[in-house]
Amino acid sequence: MNALPGLAAVAVALPFLGAVAGLLGTRLPRRGRPPGTVDRAVYRRAAWFAVAPTALATVLAVWVLVTYLGDLPSGFTTYVPMHEGPRQPAGAIESTLSVVGTGAVPITIGLRVDELAAVIAVLVGCVALAVQIYSTGYMRDERRYPSYSAFISLFTSAMLLVVYAADLLVLYVGWEVMGLCSYLLIGHWWEDRANSRAAVKAFLVTRIGDVGFLFGVFTLGLAAGSFRVSTVLDRVPHMSTGTLVAATLLLLLGVAGKSAQVPLHTWLPDAMAGPTPISALIHAATMVAAGIFVVARLYPAFLGARPSLDLLAVMAALGMLGAALAALAQDDLKRVLAYSTISQLAYMAGALAAGSDQAAIFHLVTHGAFKALLFLCAGAVIHAVGSNLMSDMGGLRRSMTVTFPAMTIGFAALMGLPPASGFFSKDAVLAAIEHAATGAAPLTDAAAWLLYACALVTVAVTGAYATRAWLRTFFGASRVRHVPLPEPEPGVAHVWDGREAPASMLWPIGVLVVPALLLGFAGAGLVEWSSAVISLLVALLGAGVVYASWRADPAADPARVLGPLRTPCERAFYVDAVYHRLFVAPVLWLARAVARADDTVVDGAVQGSGRLAVGVSGLLRRGQTGNAQLYLTGVLAGVLIIVIGAVVLG
Amino acid sequence: MHVVYPVVLAALLFSIGVYGVLARRNTILVLMSVELMLNAVNLNLVAFDVWLKDALHGGQVLTLFVIVIAAAELGVGLAIVLAVFRNRRTIEIDRLRDLADPDPDPDPAAGSQDRPHDAETIPARGGAA
Repeated sequence: MNALPGLAAVAVALPFLGAVAGLLGTRLPRRGRPPGTVDRAVYRRAAWFAVAPTALATVLAVWVLVTYLGDLPSGFTTYVPMHEGPRQPAGAIESTLSVVGTGAVPITIGLRVDELAAVIAVLVGCVALAVQIYSTGYMRDERRYPSYSAFISLFTSAMLLVVYAADLLVLYVGWEVMGLCSYLLIGHWWEDRANSRAAVKAFLVTRIGDVGFLFGVFTLGLAAGSFRVSTVLDRVPHMSTGTLVAATLLLLLGVAGKSAQVPLHTWLPDAMAGPTPISALIHAATMVAAGIFVVARLYPAFLGARPSLDLLAVMAALGMLGAALAALAQDDLKRVLAYSTISQLAYMAGALAAGSDQAAIFHLVTHGAFKALLFLCAGAVIHAVGSNLMSDMGGLRRSMTVTFPAMTIGFAALMGLPPASGFFSKDAVLAAIEHAATGAAPLTDAAAWLLYACALVTVAVTGAYATRAWLRTFFGASRVRHVPLPEPEPGVAHVWDGREAPASMLWPIGVLVVPALLLGFAGAGLVEWSSAVISLLVALLGAGVVYASWRADPAADPARVLGPLRTPCERAFYVDAVYHRLFVAPVLWLARAVARADDTVVDGAVQGSGRLAVGVSGLLRRGQTGNAQLYLTGVLAGVLIIVIGAVVLG
Repeated sequence: MHVVYPVVLAALLFSIGVYGVLARRNTILVLMSVELMLNAVNLNLVAFDVWLKDALHGGQVLTLFVIVIAAAELGVGLAIVLAVFRNRRTIEIDRLRDLADPDPDPDPAAGSQDRPHDAETIPARGGAA
């Protein structure tokens, strides 16, 4: 049992080594081949470097989980009813490699395995493995596949480090590396200006949050006298409320940035500029889950800070409803899924605010599975159609015989239809929020009721947008335009000739269907049927409205049920425009002013002093005519003046 | 004889020499003027040597040194003049302006326009070769 952190360390190190090998080992120069051409041997080697370490890391993560759960004391139940209050973390195993003395609070380099870490690590490993395998098909013939797959490996390693970290600063290292990988992968097709802009936007927005996160970590660490997670959690009862509120508010900033919560959510829809497997890996299943994970990791600190939980509840309430409405109006399939991710992450945040980290983590795991499935299916659809827009799809259910049922299951899980996994986890979340609203929670009444109302409405809207995307993609008349695309354009990967995706893409989809469908039964004993029936009815209501609208006119977009709200929803309530007006434009103006000041004032001073020296020396140059007699005259005149001076003054 | 006569004569000679150095255009005449100045100094040395009745006759000895060095200097000077004349076909000293500061404008065309003397002398040099 004590070997578990060692196994975890190997699981963290393997993808890292894979990334190093993928970046360096595929760059060996090959003679007689112009640079930039696709090299099958390099591609195969990169694929091996990518898939094998991730697969091993996944096996290790599963091993850690099984060993850990197997060694738990008998009678320990994995899931405890949410309203019985927070559970003490049972038997975390820590192992320390070394302690870095900083002169103040020491930094512990070590790993920690507990139930939360073990479960999330398995999720990360499985999704990363599925994405790596899927990418071998999706990114075939992609020139920069080696660096792409290496960045995925690096990302996997960083996420595992975040999950297993025993020290908040070690966690922060992984957290930042993930941000970097996210930036690199969103901008994978950087030839298109929009893509690199999206990458920069994601980087900057998450970085704003990370600053808060870092200072939150400092606050907690200084208050506890240690950055070790276990020590911090032990000292939480002794900390003053003010410290906890300050620390958790700062942490929430980082959580909002990483998990794309209001008000820092704007980067996630733009992040869909990256390749679709990246959207599945980073922007649906793992990285955005890191924020939720950190809240769950430090949950006792949040429970001690009621104002932070209230704020989290309000953020979640606004985020889930706004994002769901935005998802209902989007035409880009990936953006629908991106807004849906924001909305579902807000559910998790809501569950956390309502006092149930169990429900949040349960939903996180099932969401990771079904959202990865949805994104991979979307990738297969986009791969086949050659366009991201749903107005170019339709009628695909006959041709895509594997993707269609898989994506149907994914949408069912997203809507929360039984027996898919989303039904159970969403019910757990809703039940937790309902309990919070009826009194047994750390929230104030207003925040709790707002959260509950938004959650219920969002269930309906979720049903609506999932149904809309499903109908628009797979039913009705085909709107696919068969445009011959000899050269893969940035942003569409490569266009497959056949109608169904290659096997390397279908296998991960097929494998992910299983957890998306069955994972929910892990929490089947906890279903609260009253809230489950309500949410099911509400979801069906939303779906029914969209279905009725679609039946009335299959060619038209069912988003028209939004009426006058449609344009604001499509533009995501103009948040981007407002941010542009409020932050981007002033910053750009300031940058231009600074550049101008640099050009005119600073450069002007430097060059002006030079010009002044040249001008003044022009007078002196005048004397240097090359006439030696003139020089001599000068010398004589000087001597005379000196002599006369000496005589007169002496 | 009172010392003032040779001193005044030396001063006159020196002044003529200074005028020649500063005003003559012919380099040989400039050298000759230098000689005039040197000889004015020699005259002073000898006059004061006599007037002060120096036991060691330092003034006369120094005069001999000056004469020898002046001869050597004149030899070098005339050699330079000869070399310049062979190169330039002229020994007018106010045309030898290679030490002038070039035009502050970095434009090379303007620079060459501003140095007409070189432009005149270069074909002459080719003719001598």
